[in-house]
Amino acid sequence: MNQLPPLIFELSREGKIGHGLGARNVPDEPALDPGQIRGGITDFPQVSEVEIVRHYMALARLNYSLDDGLYPLGSCTMKYNPKINEKLAAAEDFQAHPYAPHDLVQGNLELLVRMEEWLVALTGMAGFTLTPAAGAHGEFTGMLVIRKYLQSKGDPRHVVLIPDSAHGTNPSSAHFAGYDIREIPSNTEGIIDVDGLRPFLDKDVAALMMTNPNTLGIFEKNITAIAAALHDNGSLLYMDGANMNALLGIVRPGDLGVDVMHMNLHKTFSTPHGGGGPGSGPVGVAAQLLPFLPVPRAVKENGRYRVVYDSPQTIGRVKNFYGQFLVIIRALAYLCSLGRENVRRVAEDAVLNANYLRHKLQGVLDLPYATDTLHEVVFSDKNLPVKTLDIAKRLLDHGLHPFTIYFPLIVHGAMMIEPTETESKETLDEFIAVMEKIVREARENPELLLQAPQQTPVRRLDETLAARKPVLRWRKGEDL
Amino acid sequence: MALENLLFTKEHEWLRMDGDIAAVGITEYAQHELGDVVYVELPAPGKEVKKGDPAANIESVKAVSDVFSPLSGTVTEVNGKLGNNPELVNQEPYGDGFLFKMKFKQPDELKELLDQKKYEEYLQGIAGE
Amino acid sequence: MRYLPLTDTAREEIKKTIGIDGIEELFKSIPKDKSFFSLNAIPAALSEPELIADFKAMARKNQFGDYLSFLGAGACAHFIPEVVSYLSAKGEFLTPYTPYQPEISQGSLQAIFEYQTMMSMLTGLPVANASLYDGGTAAAEAVLLAVRKSGRARVLLAESLHPEYAAIIRTYAQNLPIELVTVTLDKKNGRIDSHDLQAKLNGQTAALVFQSPNFLGQVEDSALLASTVHSQQAYAVQVVTEAMSLGYLRPASDFAVDIVAGEAQSFGLSLGFGGPYLGFLTASEEFLRQFPGRIVGQTKDLDGKRGYVLTLSTREQHIKREKATSNICSNEAWCALRAGMYLATMGRDGLARAAADCHLHAAYFVRAAAKLTPIEVVYKRNFYNDVLLEIKKGTAAEFLAKLQKKGVLAGVSLAWFYPEVTRRVLLSFSEVHRREDIDRLLRLIGECA
Repeated sequence: MNQLPPLIFELSREGKIGHGLGARNVPDEPALDPGQIRGGITDFPQVSEVEIVRHYMALARLNYSLDDGLYPLGSCTMKYNPKINEKLAAAEDFQAHPYAPHDLVQGNLELLVRMEEWLVALTGMAGFTLTPAAGAHGEFTGMLVIRKYLQSKGDPRHVVLIPDSAHGTNPSSAHFAGYDIREIPSNTEGIIDVDGLRPFLDKDVAALMMTNPNTLGIFEKNITAIAAALHDNGSLLYMDGANMNALLGIVRPGDLGVDVMHMNLHKTFSTPHGGGGPGSGPVGVAAQLLPFLPVPRAVKENGRYRVVYDSPQTIGRVKNFYGQFLVIIRALAYLCSLGRENVRRVAEDAVLNANYLRHKLQGVLDLPYATDTLHEVVFSDKNLPVKTLDIAKRLLDHGLHPFTIYFPLIVHGAMMIEPTETESKETLDEFIAVMEKIVREARENPELLLQAPQQTPVRRLDETLAARKPVLRWRKGEDL
Repeated sequence: MALENLLFTKEHEWLRMDGDIAAVGITEYAQHELGDVVYVELPAPGKEVKKGDPAANIESVKAVSDVFSPLSGTVTEVNGKLGNNPELVNQEPYGDGFLFKMKFKQPDELKELLDQKKYEEYLQGIAGE
Repeated sequence: MRYLPLTDTAREEIKKTIGIDGIEELFKSIPKDKSFFSLNAIPAALSEPELIADFKAMARKNQFGDYLSFLGAGACAHFIPEVVSYLSAKGEFLTPYTPYQPEISQGSLQAIFEYQTMMSMLTGLPVANASLYDGGTAAAEAVLLAVRKSGRARVLLAESLHPEYAAIIRTYAQNLPIELVTVTLDKKNGRIDSHDLQAKLNGQTAALVFQSPNFLGQVEDSALLASTVHSQQAYAVQVVTEAMSLGYLRPASDFAVDIVAGEAQSFGLSLGFGGPYLGFLTASEEFLRQFPGRIVGQTKDLDGKRGYVLTLSTREQHIKREKATSNICSNEAWCALRAGMYLATMGRDGLARAAADCHLHAAYFVRAAAKLTPIEVVYKRNFYNDVLLEIKKGTAAEFLAKLQKKGVLAGVSLAWFYPEVTRRVLLSFSEVHRREDIDRLLRLIGECA
């Protein structure tokens, strides 16, 4: 029973060197009082370069990654991360200092403007800010824009409506934008309809935040009627674009009445998840909301590119500098590679793959909603002798990453499955076969699931202990 | 544990009366639903609460649950053991896992609480759903 | 297309299996008059060679690479050891999802645990999270944290905060019941005016947010600031825009600072025209339950093996929703992993050396600059690596243009942030500057008539 690789601090030995710095070439004459200068960094690692490489190689071996196999995680859109995009993003000529004079970074500014043009063409929104650093950041930004816009009309209002199927970032972002949340229930089809919305619509409602397709993978088909009802009420429609992969080249949210939306470049546009980030969450708005977008914004003017910092009605700045520039490079490269010939095929294949899984697994797992689904599908753990968690852990034994579990909250033991378009039919068939096997095991030999995983570097970890007695850093001489 | 002397709420809290002081905790059903308790946020002694106000907060690994004050009154004492041993809520929900004590001022509110029999019927009703 | 593995045959097989004839049947719930819109506005696809050529042409329109740069003011070019680029580029680190299934994510989780440990070592504060978006949003989260923890609504912001950071804090606070009050700086010494601080501090103050080294390059008297605000039970929140300073200056914990938030781009991240960067947040134990963002914790598995998990998740949006401590979901995990690699590679002595060199290079310049007439160093001591210059003849813009013509980007004009300040420039020194680079700068400044 091997332990995991030692911590870097446990490898550390006095005198080992990992850096390659040369000799100091100025005198050691500080311009600070000695009382301001630290004496050293106690217990900081001292490891040779050789051991650094081996340490991280050992850690790498412990990770499952998208380069290894499928991640059928609903609402995450874990699609392939193209390697040419990595090379382009690393090019020296892009790595400018953010305060480099703008006439020296015309290429970078052009890149930002091209990205915005792509997003406008795909979504039908009037303009985008590229500054938000992730989807949640984009939601927060979008809600601030909505609030400032309504304020300019005389009343920012107090309430934002959010469906019960929404991702947790929606109510959280609306809260930090200063709004109270009112939850609206999905109907029996799993979507929102105007009749269900009306009782909640009063003059206190600033906006409805809707994910489309929603977290059940179902297209909110009443969206244009909902938009109309909202607009009649003086409210706006925010669309969470996390599931845009189902709509790419198929329909533009701007054409459906959406006023504000965000995109997740690390989902729909193939930029790597990096183990949890960085992402990028551009926010698009309808024309009347453009003046409220955050600063700064790159624009094209008379064949040159400049940056707008002053915008009288802007919500302000939401992030340092211009945004997640190196993430944006990758997303733009991805879009340029797809081109008009392939963008639509992304959505078509994503939806085809998801429906294939739905069709094959609906005999094996409980499907709570009969409604058509697009790029993802949600099953429940009803009629299973084990919990969703146990199925997920058994998938690990088969060398596969599980689907999203226990979300959305409105489905008991939810299993949200999204294959994306970058999986082959062979991979899907393998996944289906494994799922069928696991459900059989659940009925015939549930211990295999309850004891799972058994083939992974560690087995089920004690999350209760981690939360009761938090150990959040290494300390010399301490062990759990 | 003499449960027949306790009163209960539909939010799965129990009360043990001692004159005008009530000890408050969550029931066996509640601790089971929550799972392993990792942290308990307790009210400050001296805090005034109205019946139905959120008075405490219990965190398990995957969920957070508000505990609503079953009566109106003033918090007199909190269970200091829960800081280091939140698992007491799971292990001894009616004893050492109590949450706080309060001095209540409106005895009429007691009428709205359930006795052990009614609480058990209520639980059976939930199980049937 | 190489990212779309479904062949036409496979598509037909799938369509047959699910019982449809045409793809459009799958999209029938979408309003017909809006679906399958014309794609004419969308550019044609580029092949891989065409893509490379296109991006090369775009990159060639950048000319910043031709210059010797002393740009700083919130982002700094440091030397990045090759192993950091090599290791962080591995698909096992770049392409996984968030480690919600810890059994197959121990690589990422342990690496972040190591990163948290090193950030904690550098600031001296025990709790560090697994990253925030950048320094500015980390500062904003620190403000919200102090407000939550204290139950007070008034926050003092030092005038000497980086203007972008102050702007972000204002954006974050704009619709919340938080009062932001500016504490002025004493222009004589470039640090917080302690009289103004005393005047504005009261029993409703949640915290003082100050930057050290500050926007003008000056190291603040953290001990004095902390003890002043503690007298009213308010928190001392330090913002750091140049993380290298953590390797040279005394840790915040020595001065009883409660929270340190800032930007860790200096730890192994490319300048990248501003992002993705790395927000860090560290604090004392009492803030733990209110902390924003993901945190990695150590635990044991079923067999008693040490392992790591994301922990204290009930603070976060996916559980607490509108009551969460922050709305953050995706963070800068890969950047934090890379920063950890950088810190481990530089090691105790390498980091100390690089961090010292940043200051000593600045000090070397300042000593030699005493002889220069076109400029004057405003604060001749007590800086870290940013030096504030007063331009004696003409404007900062003219000065920078002259030097740019000679191949040097001699800093950032303060007019970039404060248009009315037309004769001040912030020069930034890094360990990558060679002595001859600084000598060249000095010479060229001297030649500015």
